[in-house]
Amino acid sequence: MADALSWPARIHAALKAYDVRQVAYVPDGGHTELLQLVHGDAAMTPVLLTSEQEGIGVLGGAWLGGQRGVLVMQSSGVGNCVNLLSLVKLCNFPFLALVTMRGEWGEFNPWQVPMGSTTAAAFHLMGVQVQRAEAPDEVAPVVDAACRMAFEGGTPQAVLLSQRLIGAKEFLK
Amino acid sequence: MSVFRFQRRPAVARLLAGRGDLLVVTGLGAPTYDVAAAGEHERNFYLWGAMGGAAMVGLGLALAQPSLPVLVVTGDGEMLMGLGGLATVALRNPGNLSIVVLDNGLYGETGGQLSHTSGPTDLPSVARACGIADSRTVGSEAELAALAQRVQSPGNATLFARLPIDPAPLPRILPPRDGVFLKNRMRGALGLGPV
Repeated sequence: MADALSWPARIHAALKAYDVRQVAYVPDGGHTELLQLVHGDAAMTPVLLTSEQEGIGVLGGAWLGGQRGVLVMQSSGVGNCVNLLSLVKLCNFPFLALVTMRGEWGEFNPWQVPMGSTTAAAFHLMGVQVQRAEAPDEVAPVVDAACRMAFEGGTPQAVLLSQRLIGAKEFLK
Repeated sequence: MSVFRFQRRPAVARLLAGRGDLLVVTGLGAPTYDVAAAGEHERNFYLWGAMGGAAMVGLGLALAQPSLPVLVVTGDGEMLMGLGGLATVALRNPGNLSIVVLDNGLYGETGGQLSHTSGPTDLPSVARACGIADSRTVGSEAELAALAQRVQSPGNATLFARLPIDPAPLPRILPPRDGVFLKNRMRGALGLGPV
């Protein structure tokens, strides 16, 4: 790597480069650093959601009003979004989701597995194209490519940040 | 408890009269028809689906256009599907956002089955408990006139209002349902181009 930026900082930089102004999110451990950067960035409005599906509406409204937005969440929230993704499909709203994965690598909690193993399929059901980043060096180019397709090309995008990248959650010490 | 109920079409027309630069987002079903009946407008964005999402679209729009008043007109069933969103709205609390629920206590679009608001649920109490301090039930024509003035000019905090309405079904007034058209129409009204 040419610089010392962490992969979450590189995501934040990519979002800034694409003038993303609203960040709708349900927190996840894997997004901690990114969300701290968003909350510290006066040019970005964080919108904390009670359920991920709310974010689809928020981002649609943002675009109606001239702002780009991104949805930040964990894989278990993707199923919550399915019907609301009708908005993206019917209105061609720009759509980018950044999804930290659970239930796919070293997962202690089996309740994360059903949705974690069908995350990409759920997006595909509603016409959202899925990209994956498996290693720190892949994150910036994948997010940049997804931003370009979502915001300049108008193709709905989800970036899955693998559990191997983030690290499996520790339940037992 | 008041038994006063508005007629929905004149009440919505009153809210929108002289609307100026007001941006309107409607929840699916009868509220979409009511807003359309008051006059097609390039600053109307009608939802025909995405149930539970109307207030969220209003929130994103209000945050993106903080100097313009944004009004969400929806029904009790649509609002009930997105109650968590009231907490999401309250946390940002944009002063240019108003959410008006036309409450007939039933699911008119699916055959008139009673909703939770015909039972124990009071939507303004929910909104207030979520943190939208100005959450009211509108109980007279004078209060409706005051509400109309308030929703058309940004205030200091988000407003939530419940209008009890006569549950009698009315003829459907069907506005455009092409989402791309509706999106680009509103963006065009704001001087924004397509992708």
